[in-house]
Amino acid sequence: METYALGIDVGSTTVKTVVCDEKGTMLHSAYQRHFSKVKETVAGQLESILAKFPDAQLRTAMTGSAGLGLANAAGISFVQEVHAAFLAVKTCYPTADTVIELGGEDAKIIFLTGGVEQRMNGTCAGGTGAFIDQMATLLGITVDELDAAALQAKRTYPIASRCGVFAKSDIQPLLNQGAAREDVAASIFRAVVDQTVAGLAQGREIKGNVLFLGGPLSFQKGLRKAFVETLGLTDEEAIFPEQAPVFVALGSALYAKESKITAKSAQELLHMVQNAQANSEVLTGECLFESQAEYAAFVDRHKRHDLKYADLRTYEGDAYLGIDSGSTTTKLVLITDKGELLYSHYASNEGQPLDRIAAKLKQIYRDKHPNLRICSSAVTGYGEDLIRAGLSVDHGIVETVAHFKAAAFFCPDVDFIIDIGGQDIKCFKIKNGTIDSIMLNEACSSGCGSFIQTFAMALGYDIGEFSEMGLFAKHPVELGSRCTVFMNSSVKQAQKDGATVEDISAGLSASIIKNAIYKVIRAKSVEELGQNIVVQGGTFLNDAVLRCFEREIGRNVIRPAISGLMGAFGAALYAKEQAQETESTLIAPQALQNFSYTSKNVRCGGCTANCQLNVIRFSDGGRFVSGNRCEKGAGIQRETEVPNLYSYKYESLFQLTSKQPANPRARIGLPMVLSFYEQLPFWHTLFTKLGFAVEISGESDRKVYFKGQHTIPSDTVCYPAKLAHGHIESLLEKNVDFIFWPCMSYNIQEPDTSNHFNCPVVAYYPELMRANHSGLNSENFLYPYMDLNRPKNVINVMKKTLAKYNVSGQIAGAVDAAYKAMQDFRQNIADKATEVIAQARAEGRKIIVLAGRPYHLDKEINHGIHKLITSLGLAVVTEDSISALGQMPKLGVLNQWTYHSRLYRAAQYVTTQPDMQMVQLVSFGCGIDAITTDEVRSILESNGKLYTQLKIDEINNLGAAKIRLRSLLAAMK
Amino acid sequence: MAEYAKFTEEMKKTHTILVPNMLPIHFRLIMNVFESYGFHCELLESESRTVVDEGLKNVHNDTCYPCLLVVGQFMEALKSGKYDPNKTALLITQTGGGCRASNYIYLLRKCLAETFPQVPVISLNFSGLEKDSAFQMTAPLTLKSMYCVLYGDLLMTLYNQSRSYELIRGASEKCLKKWQKQLDVMFKENKYMNTKKVYRQILQDFAKIERSAVPKIKVGIVGEIYVKYSPLANNHLEDFLISEGCEPVVPGLMEFLLYWAKNKVMDAKLYDAATKATPIFKGAYKLFLHKQHEMIAEIRRHGVFTAPHDFAEIVESGEKLIGLGVSMGEGWLIPAEMGALAASGTENIICTQPFGCLPNHIVAKGMSRAVKKAYPNANIIAIDYDPGATRVNQENRIKLMLANAKRAMQENV
Repeated sequence: METYALGIDVGSTTVKTVVCDEKGTMLHSAYQRHFSKVKETVAGQLESILAKFPDAQLRTAMTGSAGLGLANAAGISFVQEVHAAFLAVKTCYPTADTVIELGGEDAKIIFLTGGVEQRMNGTCAGGTGAFIDQMATLLGITVDELDAAALQAKRTYPIASRCGVFAKSDIQPLLNQGAAREDVAASIFRAVVDQTVAGLAQGREIKGNVLFLGGPLSFQKGLRKAFVETLGLTDEEAIFPEQAPVFVALGSALYAKESKITAKSAQELLHMVQNAQANSEVLTGECLFESQAEYAAFVDRHKRHDLKYADLRTYEGDAYLGIDSGSTTTKLVLITDKGELLYSHYASNEGQPLDRIAAKLKQIYRDKHPNLRICSSAVTGYGEDLIRAGLSVDHGIVETVAHFKAAAFFCPDVDFIIDIGGQDIKCFKIKNGTIDSIMLNEACSSGCGSFIQTFAMALGYDIGEFSEMGLFAKHPVELGSRCTVFMNSSVKQAQKDGATVEDISAGLSASIIKNAIYKVIRAKSVEELGQNIVVQGGTFLNDAVLRCFEREIGRNVIRPAISGLMGAFGAALYAKEQAQETESTLIAPQALQNFSYTSKNVRCGGCTANCQLNVIRFSDGGRFVSGNRCEKGAGIQRETEVPNLYSYKYESLFQLTSKQPANPRARIGLPMVLSFYEQLPFWHTLFTKLGFAVEISGESDRKVYFKGQHTIPSDTVCYPAKLAHGHIESLLEKNVDFIFWPCMSYNIQEPDTSNHFNCPVVAYYPELMRANHSGLNSENFLYPYMDLNRPKNVINVMKKTLAKYNVSGQIAGAVDAAYKAMQDFRQNIADKATEVIAQARAEGRKIIVLAGRPYHLDKEINHGIHKLITSLGLAVVTEDSISALGQMPKLGVLNQWTYHSRLYRAAQYVTTQPDMQMVQLVSFGCGIDAITTDEVRSILESNGKLYTQLKIDEINNLGAAKIRLRSLLAAMK
Repeated sequence: MAEYAKFTEEMKKTHTILVPNMLPIHFRLIMNVFESYGFHCELLESESRTVVDEGLKNVHNDTCYPCLLVVGQFMEALKSGKYDPNKTALLITQTGGGCRASNYIYLLRKCLAETFPQVPVISLNFSGLEKDSAFQMTAPLTLKSMYCVLYGDLLMTLYNQSRSYELIRGASEKCLKKWQKQLDVMFKENKYMNTKKVYRQILQDFAKIERSAVPKIKVGIVGEIYVKYSPLANNHLEDFLISEGCEPVVPGLMEFLLYWAKNKVMDAKLYDAATKATPIFKGAYKLFLHKQHEMIAEIRRHGVFTAPHDFAEIVESGEKLIGLGVSMGEGWLIPAEMGALAASGTENIICTQPFGCLPNHIVAKGMSRAVKKAYPNANIIAIDYDPGATRVNQENRIKLMLANAKRAMQENV
């Protein structure tokens, strides 16, 4: 009787088994997707092993992210998967220096030489196999096709790599703007590599012989290529072992062998697995429908809200076309002048919205009665500009307004609309016949329709089938209401604990609703939502989701039967309203037959932003440019410059360093980050007065970010802080004598506040920099503590800091001058604000207070949103330029941070100015804004103003910002 | 500031004060002391999913996890029908400082304003905030509470050290319960001042528990104060570590108080901002330090258990790694504790933090590299806690850290 070792690796999506002999030679291996049927799949593989080795005794250990629960329940030894991989590498590839393993939902790295270290991704991290699956779904292709496409790529685009949800927001506009699928595919792989380097390596260099493991890396050549190229590895250094997919299972077998785990027969093991009792820790909720009858009544009630229909082939007369070019889907609606539905289409845009819509339009032209005349057309949605340019659609309409029009058709006194689509959740309150406030899901709170879809596919079901399964689930699982990545882990845990697919389906529906209500709407009570609620969007076609919504708010709502088509229907209604006597401009049947386009990428040379432009040329000679932040790239010249305080302040700051002393005693470097966007005048004056030359790190861009990415220890800190790492690199390159960046618990005192703190990140980031950048030392990096409110303290500290330069005697004078310079600068900006406001009023423009922090002036942080605003014809001022004009309003929170207190006063001032509105910029990850945003909203809304919040991150996607700003504009009229 | 219900003198007679459970052992002792001053308290121990749901509903989702749990626990209790809202008050700690935590009390009041406007919130602080409340940390109350912290720290330390090795299951818990009761009586009868004698008795009692001599992997727990201590927040981390065959090493609450007092002194020094209160903080620091030394000396004299770190060592450890001006949240205390643990043989460290905690970007993840540089064998893992983070994910990462620890232990044999 032989004694072998058996390793079982239960990952998030697959089960792998390996049997090896006492020497470690592999005798058997298997790799199989488990579609969440973990126990069954493991048992199945054990049966094959039993058949192959009927008499063997097996020392067995289990590993893998989903293996822990099963191992415990079955009484099988468990070994942590990274450790298992470590053992296998030690045995099979003793010369490896680094191991990178990507699994279904985990990413791991092991450093073997120069101090062993094993790491895995934190709880908030995408860039794994599941992420690639999601992206493939988004493109409407299989993972294999994605891989093949990536190998054909000509270029890559920057895509946020931190988390799948962010990447989606980057990819979607690329697709909608017609970027080549091959290039997008390669960019996705590149993002995975960046995530690994930034999230896992965290400053430790990946070099030497690198071993690549895990399913995605063994099956996807494009991903391999991306890793090898990015890490600069030679063919010898990059090792892709043949047994990679089962490598961890092998490690687990080796562990079992080395630990001399008591051997058992395969029969015995099979028995143990089959009898494993899942623990009953799963939290469950109420079932959705008790009976078929209850469900039937529910369906009946909702059937009442439907349109009348007319036949496209027989209808003669006027018709109106509405198109909704959404993020993942394309919707078309053709209606009669009485609002009857002639034609509708709802399908995935497969990443090619223009092609899909052109094809459907051809179909309409072909099938329609010759006497049906399309009088007018309108388009809405993410792809609005592209479709309008390509197909000469008559009108464009903001999504939010289109949805409102459609909802009002079904429910004239609607006061609340919630739309859950494939990628986004939109909610709006209606007051006095106009949109009063808009809530959109932010980059982090996904859990929308496409999530269920991806999940259904991962579990091997189609979406319709999957969501129906939830309707009669006995024990829907509680899955929480966070982002996709978290939800994945919650589902994993539920599966581990024995939840059925039905229960998970129902649980996911409930999660989407909770996400919408508590994360997006942030409702505290049902009354807050409104009396007459219309729900729409493709996701609400799912009865389970609809039921969960009614359950959660405890009230019946209206779901039009064309729930998924509401944007397009609203556009059609708008087209009807706007119809003129003249012919529609919509592309004619003949022209449509010959319609084609080409797309090309170029850099805009219009200004220093150097936007990456995507230029699409249509067969009729027209062109469409996207990726530009201002009008320049689109080739439009404006007659007059719209007043923009952001641009003025930015330029004024960067001009400061043109003044330098003649014979500097040393060159110092100031990083243009965080507080320096306010304090540069102070420090520049202080140092130049003392005879130092002042170098600043320069302007930010994406390259600066990537330059410093490898020293960022916390990948969830805000983007403004992360950018600092690149600025420090720039200063080191400039070879300055020392970099100066003070630590400050306190900022400048603002009137009527309880305290004047900096946020912890602004206050102490220099400490983090010092600890994480090996190029910094006590000579070249000075970061003393001081309090700018106390000139004496500043003088004392600076005397100590600059002791070796013998400038003690001049410091007091320089500090005085510095305070004055800072005061003058602020005054100058405030004066300019008055000027901007006066000019705007003279020109009849509305004014937007774009409010954030001083460092939101950085163009890489604000992504040119201020230019987007001026391109809509509105003037822009900063919060700090007008905060002094406002009074501190009554607050419900502790007002103890300097920058934030300005927001409150600026908001109060806006409420006193009829032609002003405020838009708040919030950096993703800013914990303090979790407090300020609610407060600013309440100051504005309680005085009848609109509240608009734009969440910004490294993502350079102005699509969502544009929708919000245009909705704001529509509401201001 | 908006108007809110205040805790009045009359309410002492009528109201039950609800207290969120952060430190099971310490809070029980302290509440008992509050009782003796006429405040009727009740510790909230609910861990149901409703706690998280109520939290999600009532505070901004990006608010840190501790705030979400504390608010959630209060709202759940008030809505449960177990307490008459007209006869209930809530107690919450308020530390002050640049961290978001200073705002918890305001966020809580904001939630109450809509549903339970009559329920007063009491601030537990040592900074003289909210002077109009009938609940004040008077000098005697503060002093008594300090003793509770000392005894709590001792009990927690001995309990963790003995239950990790106990041969008879439950023996340590029995001993703990016995002393919790005994101390309650001692505080009531004002017999708690003879600390040396009481410490000795407690030490002797715990030493009687039969313990295995097989060495175990020691795992230090540092981090954000609520998540570090509260089993509700950290998914019963200490119990998990014990079930994995490890000994959890949890620094005491006194270290946080010392850290807090030290910061007040540091601020005055760094920013030339000494005030009339500065000498008081200096005095408090000295007193706390002296009292901590007394306890440490007694544990060492007894010789069976490992004493907590002398705070002077913690300060020294911190100075090597980070500026002591980093005073928001747990600030420099986190790297200081990591360093001190690593230096004294507890090289495996879990740093618990709420997801998105601002100071922790700097002092936890941001200082890992510095700690590892100073102590190459340090095996540190940062674990994020939040309503969406799953236990399986957290435990898997802890298991990775433990696998590393086991390997290191074998290599050292």
